[in-house]
Amino acid sequence: MIIYGTALLAVCHLLGIFLGDLLGQALGVKTNVGGVGIAMLLLIFARLYMAKKDILPKLTELGVEYWGAMYIPVVVAMAAQQDMVSALRGGPVAVLSALAAAGTCACVIAVINRTERVTVDVAPEPILHDNPLLADAE
Amino acid sequence: MIEILQKAAAQNGLVTAFAIVGLIVLLSGQISRRLTFGRVHGSAIAIVIGLGLAYWGGTQTGGHKGLADMSLFGGIGLMGGAMLRDFAIVATAFEVQATEARKAGMIGVVALLLGTVLPFIVGAGIAWSFGYSDAVSMTTIGAGAVTYIVGPVTGAAIGATPDVMALSIATGLVKAIIVMVGTPIAARFLALKTPRSAMVFGGLAGTVSGVSAGLAATDRKLVPYGALVATFHTGLGCLMGPSVLFLATKALVG
Repeated sequence: MIIYGTALLAVCHLLGIFLGDLLGQALGVKTNVGGVGIAMLLLIFARLYMAKKDILPKLTELGVEYWGAMYIPVVVAMAAQQDMVSALRGGPVAVLSALAAAGTCACVIAVINRTERVTVDVAPEPILHDNPLLADAE
Repeated sequence: MIEILQKAAAQNGLVTAFAIVGLIVLLSGQISRRLTFGRVHGSAIAIVIGLGLAYWGGTQTGGHKGLADMSLFGGIGLMGGAMLRDFAIVATAFEVQATEARKAGMIGVVALLLGTVLPFIVGAGIAWSFGYSDAVSMTTIGAGAVTYIVGPVTGAAIGATPDVMALSIATGLVKAIIVMVGTPIAARFLALKTPRSAMVFGGLAGTVSGVSAGLAATDRKLVPYGALVATFHTGLGCLMGPSVLFLATKALVG
């Protein structure tokens, strides 16, 4: 059943957000700490566990993969509701600090990534490449 | 006729949003193929079109949510809101290879710390050079350069003035937009090829929206790795902003 996959995704999502909120509260910050990241880790572990137990039929996988493939359209919708007007109205301080911060980080990223050994340079193929939904999204 | 159509679209907001975004993606795919001969990724063009529409929506309504403030396009707000965005990001984790993610764990943490401290120093420094020389304003604007959520959270915690808060949010928004649009252009310079490099990028570039959109427009396969690290960015920033970073700034400028 395709809903099993979507429900698994939903449970991981909710549990991750919940744990992230708990972590935020424990650390005394007013925000969620890594909830989505925790949810992603939960989903990774759930997939490994279920694949090993052989309780992960293709249809269940599709219930998750559909949402993974919807990712780019969702990002486009997200872009369409950014507060562009006030971002541009922020003036030189906002634009300059944003540019300088992004530029500095870009240089550090470039330096760190160039230290990566060439032996691991081949990007591993994602596991689910027979999935037409995801092939389309790429 | 038009009225009935408008009513149907407004009452079925999310469905309308699916249709509109589908249209945008279709259009940008054609632009990518016909005008740039595949050199500019279709997703990158779609995101730029989205940002353009957001600007148009913002000027039309005077609201803060771009196109989503227009009643006809309200569904865009749901489709691109935090709930579905995070749902889709979590779903991409299904493709993560656990061994790859573990290999880059340590460097991811280092990147996260650098990604919080470096933008903060740069942002606070520029704020200082523009005359915002008190510790509270410097910290708030510096935190805004981390992400547009860290800025206001930090500002509220240390009691910044509303105009400095607005400036801080604007800084974060501009940074997110720069990352969204700039990543595909700078992908070669950033050496964005492997899962490890995507995790370094996710930690340093910050802002889930910027990282996820930037990677989506560069290489869809790298998205989950970058997002996995980037989601800790806001939490870490909110943790360090009003505490360590504020105290350090205060010690420096008094």
